[in-house]
Amino acid sequence: MTSMALDRDPARSWHSARTAPPAGRLPRLLLEAGADGDLAAHVHRHGPVPNRGGPGLLLPTLEAAGLTGRGGAGFPAGRKWRTVAAGNRSAVVVGNGAEGEPASGKDAVLLTTNPHLVIDGLLLAAEAVGARRTVLVLAPDRSVRGAVDTALRERRDARRVELVEASDRFVAGEESAVVDAIEGGPGLPRSTPPRVFDQGVGGRPTLVQNVETLAHVALVARYGADWFRGVGTTAEPGSLLTTVADAGGRWVAEVAHGAPLGSVVNVSDEVQAVLVGGYHGTWLSASVAHRADLSRRSLSRWGASPGAGVLVALPASACGVVETARVALYLAADSAGQCGPCLNGLPRIAVVLEELARGRATRRDLDDLARWAGLVKHRGACGHPDGTVRFVRSALQVFDAEVEAHLAGSCRRTDARPVLPVPDVGGG
Amino acid sequence: MSGDLELLIDRTACTGHGLCAELLPEVLDLDEWGYPMIPSGPVPSGLEQHARRAVTACPVLALRLARIAGR
Repeated sequence: MTSMALDRDPARSWHSARTAPPAGRLPRLLLEAGADGDLAAHVHRHGPVPNRGGPGLLLPTLEAAGLTGRGGAGFPAGRKWRTVAAGNRSAVVVGNGAEGEPASGKDAVLLTTNPHLVIDGLLLAAEAVGARRTVLVLAPDRSVRGAVDTALRERRDARRVELVEASDRFVAGEESAVVDAIEGGPGLPRSTPPRVFDQGVGGRPTLVQNVETLAHVALVARYGADWFRGVGTTAEPGSLLTTVADAGGRWVAEVAHGAPLGSVVNVSDEVQAVLVGGYHGTWLSASVAHRADLSRRSLSRWGASPGAGVLVALPASACGVVETARVALYLAADSAGQCGPCLNGLPRIAVVLEELARGRATRRDLDDLARWAGLVKHRGACGHPDGTVRFVRSALQVFDAEVEAHLAGSCRRTDARPVLPVPDVGGG
Repeated sequence: MSGDLELLIDRTACTGHGLCAELLPEVLDLDEWGYPMIPSGPVPSGLEQHARRAVTACPVLALRLARIAGR
């Protein structure tokens, strides 16, 4: 298939690049079934990386598009680029594919199926901010690494791209952890300030951008801001990748911002709750999930956010207390262990939940948990304690009836199979 | 308000010696694990010298005083 595509007339490829696909059509980033992700197929689909005529010219288009980061925090990409470009030293650009969240698979799927879109975006970002170094940080995953290696070897414009392996920790993708990995450290979060956009890799202003965000950049550069805004809402334009788990299995789907949550994840009568935003995210009851849209604006009503697009439906046969306890133990064990409040607080919180899950906790234990949750919040170098507390607190609210049952020593679960995936954490 | 100072802590460095809270009890409390709880906002006027002493006394240099940005 590669040779067939290579034989194509370059002029035809260029022509196809100037004809934007219908703006309302999804997926944009994921490939249709059977489509090839190699360079020839990619160039045939989208044309070569568009020449933006020098540093900084992509920025106004990016700002008009309103693209926000797809790694979880949702920060406007244009504003970040402008800050980094305005730094008084030449910048470092980092594509962030660390994806430490066990429930997320969207970055791995994007990188293995459509790596050239990410590489295009990375090169465009490097050009726009006048980067001296261009780095792609990958999760320690052999198939992702293999796909990216192959893709980089196919092209001549990406020789400068350095590959760095992230740590396998939950917090590996936090931007200062990514900078730490690039500098040869263990890949753990660092204390801020300084923020990495001021002083990141080697003290240089550093743009850390999730790989999905970069893939969107590659399309915005080609088809423009209006095209990008062809799906999504005015406040939150464009599409996002989600990792969905429900009765139908687990898969990655690209959806428009503002899509009803129930159209993305199956919230049938057999579902009691939906976890939105992953293990630093928020549980929503099934009735709330029916009313919510996949957007920051909608989800903020319930203190939730799309995060990096993880959506897990909890079947009625499972127990939210048991699921939350298992994940809380993992999050506590996977703390980087650098900050006292997180190191001390998270295991205590997790142990109370574990006791609750076993029907052995008292109301006093839950009071302790509430106090510890307050003590760890805003007291970490990274968002790990805050995210863990958000997840745990939402569980205690949404599963309040189940909490009462557990305080009385019973559990209404009818299926003991775990729903939320948790990796083994060595050492503990 | 050019003179306003705030206490900043490197949480990854702090190991909970607690000397800062001894030297600056008006501002700092220790949590139940011995780690300082730092209120946000400026150090109250008149306590700058004590704050400076707390910063200097930290055995792991986790604490610092900085002029509040963006004023």
